[in-house]
Amino acid sequence: MLRALELRKDFGGLTVLHPVSVDFRPGEVHALMGENGAGKSTLMKVLAGLYRPDGGHIEWRGVHADFASPHDALVAGIAMIHQELMPIPDLTVAENITLGSEPCSSFGRVDRAAQLARAQELLGELEADIDPARLMRTLTVAQMQVVEIAKALGRNADVILMDEPTAALSDQEVAALFRAIARLKARGVAIVYTTHKMDEVFRLADRISVLRDGSLVGTAPASEMNPAKLITMMVGRELADIFPVRQPPTDELLLEVSDLTHEPAYRDVSFQIQRGEVVALAGLMGAGRTEVVSAIYGLQPASSGRISFHSRTLSILSPQDALAAGIGMVTEDRKGLGLIPALGVGQNITLTALRDLSNGPLLNHRAEAAAVNSRMTEFAVKASSRAQPIAQLSGGNQQKALLARCLLGNPDLIILDEPTRGIDIGAKAEIYALIQKLARAGKGILLVSSELPEVLSLAHRIVVLRRGSVSATLDAASTDQETVLRHSMPL
Amino acid sequence: MLTLDRNLIHRFGLLLVILLVGMGLSLATDTFLSVANFTNVARQISINGILAVGVTFVLLTAGVDLSLGSVVALSGVACATFAHPGEHTVFVPIAIGLLTGAACGLLNGVLVTRGGVAPFIVTLGMMTIARGLALIFSGGRPVADMSNEMTALAGDIWGIPIPVLCFAGVALAAWFFLQNFRLGRHIYAVGGNENAARAAGVPVERVKLFAYGLCGLLTGLAGVVLAARITTGQPNAGQAYELDAIAAVVIGGTSLAGGVGTITGTLLGVLLIGVINNGLDLMGVSSYYQAVIKGVIIVGAVWLDRRQARS
Repeated sequence: MLRALELRKDFGGLTVLHPVSVDFRPGEVHALMGENGAGKSTLMKVLAGLYRPDGGHIEWRGVHADFASPHDALVAGIAMIHQELMPIPDLTVAENITLGSEPCSSFGRVDRAAQLARAQELLGELEADIDPARLMRTLTVAQMQVVEIAKALGRNADVILMDEPTAALSDQEVAALFRAIARLKARGVAIVYTTHKMDEVFRLADRISVLRDGSLVGTAPASEMNPAKLITMMVGRELADIFPVRQPPTDELLLEVSDLTHEPAYRDVSFQIQRGEVVALAGLMGAGRTEVVSAIYGLQPASSGRISFHSRTLSILSPQDALAAGIGMVTEDRKGLGLIPALGVGQNITLTALRDLSNGPLLNHRAEAAAVNSRMTEFAVKASSRAQPIAQLSGGNQQKALLARCLLGNPDLIILDEPTRGIDIGAKAEIYALIQKLARAGKGILLVSSELPEVLSLAHRIVVLRRGSVSATLDAASTDQETVLRHSMPL
Repeated sequence: MLTLDRNLIHRFGLLLVILLVGMGLSLATDTFLSVANFTNVARQISINGILAVGVTFVLLTAGVDLSLGSVVALSGVACATFAHPGEHTVFVPIAIGLLTGAACGLLNGVLVTRGGVAPFIVTLGMMTIARGLALIFSGGRPVADMSNEMTALAGDIWGIPIPVLCFAGVALAAWFFLQNFRLGRHIYAVGGNENAARAAGVPVERVKLFAYGLCGLLTGLAGVVLAARITTGQPNAGQAYELDAIAAVVIGGTSLAGGVGTITGTLLGVLLIGVINNGLDLMGVSSYYQAVIKGVIIVGAVWLDRRQARS
C-alpha cells in the first residue's frame, strides 16, 4: 500500500539515508530496527511528509506521491506519532486530540460537546482514564504520550507511523496500546513501528526491517528472526582501521564520581577515571549520559553525590568551576552550547583561555593570534582566515575548532559528548587520533558516544547506563557490541 | 576577511548616505556648510551620542535599555540639587549625577541577571520609576540656581564645546575597551550565544551587570551635561531620548539580537540622525513633519542594511 522506493536524504552534505526501499502492507505491523542514528526516524519523517526526499520517491496506493508537508500526508491517510512530544500545554486534552480536525457546527464554531465526546471515544480506544477537559500541562509525560497516540488514531489514517511510542509508557499503558494496535490491524491499517525494546518487537511485529548507518540491511518476517540475529544485523559492521592503537592507562586515579543523582534523569552513578584512560559512557538516547557529564562539567549540577578530582572533593556549580579545576568539555549540542556564530574562528577558539592570553584585563592580541594560528594548523581547521565567522565552517571544522578551544586551557580531564556526531569520516579519524594522543599524554577522557564501534575501539572501559542507572561496567578489550547493547536495552 | 569587508561596505555605505544628505543640505541651505553650524551639530549630537555609546554595550549583550531618557532627567535633577552656588565644589554634583545613573543601571542589571526578568520589562519599569523619582525630588519644578562652575561645563575649551569633548572621550574609550579588553570580548560572546558563552566559562551574569552599569553611568553623564547646558535640573527632560539613542545604534549596524556591532557604527548612526535633525531645522520644516521624516529614515536605513546583509 505504501512503498518507499530508493529514498535518499542528505543533511548538509551528509547522507543520512542511503537509497532505501521498503514496502508496508495493510493490516501488518512493520518494525524498523536500528541503533541511534541508523536512519529510522529520518525514514519515517520522509514518509510522513516532514522531510522532502533528496532522491527516490514514495508510492502510495500504486501511484507516485509527493508530500510537500505533513498536512499532505495526513490528507492522503498517513499519520505519525512523534518521538518528541508536541503538546500545546495550555489547551485541553480534547482540543489537543482534535487539533486541526475540530468538529464544527454552523458558522465554523467549534462544537465543544462533540469535541469532548470524540476525545473520550479515542481515549477509550486506548483504555486510558484521562479527563478530556483537563489542561494538557497538568498531564504526566506518559499521559501526554497516550494523548499523542489518540490524536493519531483520530485521523482515521490508513498508515500510522509510530516512532518509539512506548518510550515513556508504563507496562499497563503499553499493553493497552498493543490491544489498540491489534484492533487497527484487524481494520486493515498499516503500522510502522520503531522501538529499542526487543520484547516489543517480537510481540508486535509481523515483519522487521533493519537499518544501519542509513542503509537497509534487510527485511524479514518476524517469525524468521530471533533477538540474537536481530542485534547482529543492527550492529554487525566491520571495524575500520581508522581507530588508532590504545595504550594502557596509568594507575594514578584522576576522577572519582560517587553516587551522583539527579532525579529523574539519573541516580547513584559511580565510576572512576585514571590518568591516561578513556572511559566511555554508553547507553540509549535518554539513558542519562549527557545529563551525567553535564553535571561533572557544572552545566546542570547534580542534586547529590560526590565528584572527587585529583583526590580532592570538588563542588562544581558552573562550567567556570570545572574549568578552574582542570575539567574541559566539548558539548553534544554544538549550536546551542558550543559556537558563538558571529565571532571568528579564532575568537571562538580562544574564548575559554582568554585569561592566559591577556595582560591584566587587556587582551594580548599578538599572543592570541599566535595561539590561534598554531592551533588551527595543529587541528587542521580549514577556514579562509582566523576572522572568518565560525558559522560559515563545515560541521567537522567547527567541531575541531571547539576541540581546540577545550584543549587550549590544557585541562586534565576532557569530556567529549558525541564528538563525532554529524561530521564526515575524515574528521572523525582525526578526532580518534587526537583522543589517543591525549590519553598517551596522561589526560583522562570521558567519552559519550552512541556509535558502538567508536566506544569499543577508543575506550579502555565502558560504563553502560540504562534508564539513569549504571547497568554494567565493562572492559572494552574483552566485550563486544552485543553485550553493550544487551546492557543498554530496557528489558 | 569576509566580515571585515562587509563591515567596510556597511560603514562606507552609511558614510555615503551621510555625505549625500550633507551635500543635499549644503545645496538646499546656505547655512549648513559652515564651521559654526558644524560645531552646532556636534554640540547637538553629543548627548544622544553619549547615550548611544552606553546603550551599544547593552544591545551587544542582546539586552535593551528603555530607561535612558528618564534616568537622564533623574541624574540631571540629582546633579542640580547639589550644584547651588557656594555649597560644594563642582565635583560633588558631577559625581552625584554619575552615581545616580550608575545606580539605576546596576539595578536594571541586577533585576535582569538575578531576577531573570526580561530586559524590556525591567527597563520599562525603570523608565517610569526614574521619571517619578525625578518629579518627586524636584517637586515637579525645574531645579534652578546652578553655580557658574557647573554651567561652564556646557562651554568651550580651545573653541571646542565641552559636551563634544565628553562624547569624543567616551566614544574613544568605548572603542578601545571593546577592541582590547577581555571583558569587551566577553560582551560579544554573551550577546552572540549566551548559553555557549556560559559553557565556555564566561561569567555571563557579571558581564551583563557590567554592561547595564556602564550604560547607566554614561546616562548619568548625559544627564549632567544636559543639566549644565540648560542650566537647570529638568524633571521632564529627556523624553524619548532612548528611542533616538537605540535608533542610532541600530542604524550603525548593531543587531538587536546581540553579539554584532561596533562603536564606529554607532558614531555614524548618531551623526546621521544629528545631520538630519539639523538639516530639517535649517530648512524650517515643522517639527510635526520632522518626526515623520525621521521615522521613515530610521526604518528605511535599517531595512536597506538588513536587505544588504541577507544578500
